[in-house]
Amino acid sequence: MRLTYYLRLLWVSIKTSALTSMQYRADFVVQGLMSLVWTALALVPLLILYDHQQAVAGWDFGPALVVMGLFVIMRGVLEGAINPSLIAVVERIRSGSFDYTLLKPADAQFLVSTTKFEPWRVVDLLTGVGLIIYAFVRIGHAPGLGDLAAGALLVATAIAVMYSLWILIIAAAFWVVRLDNLTFLLGAIFDAARWPIQIFPAVWRLIFTFVIPLALMTSYPAMAVLGRLDATTVLACVGGAAGFFVLSRAIWTLAIRSYTSASS
Amino acid sequence: MTLRASVRAMPTMLRVGMAETIAYRAEMIVWILTTTMPLVMLALWTSVAREAPFRAYAQADFVAYYLAALIVRNLTSNWVAWQIGEEIRMGTLSMRLLRPVHPFAGYLATHLAAIPMRALVVLPVVAIMFVTSARDVIVTDAPRLALFGVSVAGAWLLVFATFVAIGALAFFLEKSMSLVEVYFGLFMLLSGYMIPLDLMPGWIRDVATWLPFRYMLGGPVEILIGRAPDAGAVLAAQWAWVAGMGLAAALIWRAGIRRFEAYGA
Repeated sequence: MRLTYYLRLLWVSIKTSALTSMQYRADFVVQGLMSLVWTALALVPLLILYDHQQAVAGWDFGPALVVMGLFVIMRGVLEGAINPSLIAVVERIRSGSFDYTLLKPADAQFLVSTTKFEPWRVVDLLTGVGLIIYAFVRIGHAPGLGDLAAGALLVATAIAVMYSLWILIIAAAFWVVRLDNLTFLLGAIFDAARWPIQIFPAVWRLIFTFVIPLALMTSYPAMAVLGRLDATTVLACVGGAAGFFVLSRAIWTLAIRSYTSASS
Repeated sequence: MTLRASVRAMPTMLRVGMAETIAYRAEMIVWILTTTMPLVMLALWTSVAREAPFRAYAQADFVAYYLAALIVRNLTSNWVAWQIGEEIRMGTLSMRLLRPVHPFAGYLATHLAAIPMRALVVLPVVAIMFVTSARDVIVTDAPRLALFGVSVAGAWLLVFATFVAIGALAFFLEKSMSLVEVYFGLFMLLSGYMIPLDLMPGWIRDVATWLPFRYMLGGPVEILIGRAPDAGAVLAAQWAWVAGMGLAAALIWRAGIRRFEAYGA
């Protein structure tokens, strides 16, 4: 019953966002085109690199393209469903109108996370899927059903990890108000996720796996689809992500309790 | 008249700008830290060139190239396009127009004043350059370092003039900030920020020679790592672009101001 209530809320919010963006149809097209251009730009180093060399750190062109496809998908999720809401919330915390969110008869974290969506980011999801399909055509064989399922599971984990990370930032905004550029910083760091984790030096590999888990967002799902990941690692990823999600929820609850509003 | 006033007011405006930079130092540093792209590319290409050089670039060359790119980028970037766009949209530009100095002088002071802070942030990168393999690649003799200095100054002015021009387009366009995005895409591809232009296909390199982007980053970087075949030609093209872009910015601004006043603002 609670679940249907929240699903209905989510649906209303998505519908509102879609209606709002339909008022700016030219924008919709321009932004969609821009995001295609950015994806094409991101492919330039990949093309130049593999034009001259067979493999880098054990990654051929096809598999590296799978990572790139997953990066485009995750960027779409981040910019389309996570970032817009959270940036709006930081603004509300600063102005004090966050009080009204707290007064509403629904979970604050849920309301905060579903404030705003950018529907044109669907372009990113489609481009990403297209890239992955093309990558498998290049590789020459389709992924196994089991691998595909593992990959899908890890994409879900990746979204959970990413969401938790961003919620942690917002929770921090309750203590230190000016934080909106921290989301830009994380966004810039996220850019590194377009490359397979193995190309980074050992120290960065550790940081990008355990501190800022970029590896979990693109490289591991890609390895799963490619059938390079064993079941234990998949389960470890899922377990780790679940733990991280619970932790971020706990810190959020803590942060809400210490929120004292901007006006009083 | 305004020119004399502008020159006289410059020291004070610079002091104010410096104080502002110091007041907002945390934001500034976070913004500078978002320049992660050269570092990611550095990791990628050093990994590629680990066993054998990639075309004409060995591992040390890549280290030197991307560290130099990081330095030049951080020293030369600014946010004047956003500033102008915002002031035009919000109408706060009227306040600036009331002052007895030319608005360009005001913008110039604000962003010149940020350079010491940027240099401070860049210092560790310079230090890293001297403890890594990049040490053996970069030029260290005084004449070529002087050329590098001149090219960085030119790059700074070129970026500034381009951003003023783009910002001033907000007089005519509602969404001039998406132009910044287009600009940045072209910049990434054609300036050598993403990949050294040497490694790009020949025709992109040729196109880049005739466009301003290369002189904002790739030119200075190539001079520093001793890869510019003809530093004089690079500098000449760069300063020609500085003059051209400055003129374009001034013309767009003049036409825009007339329109702005026509609104009755």
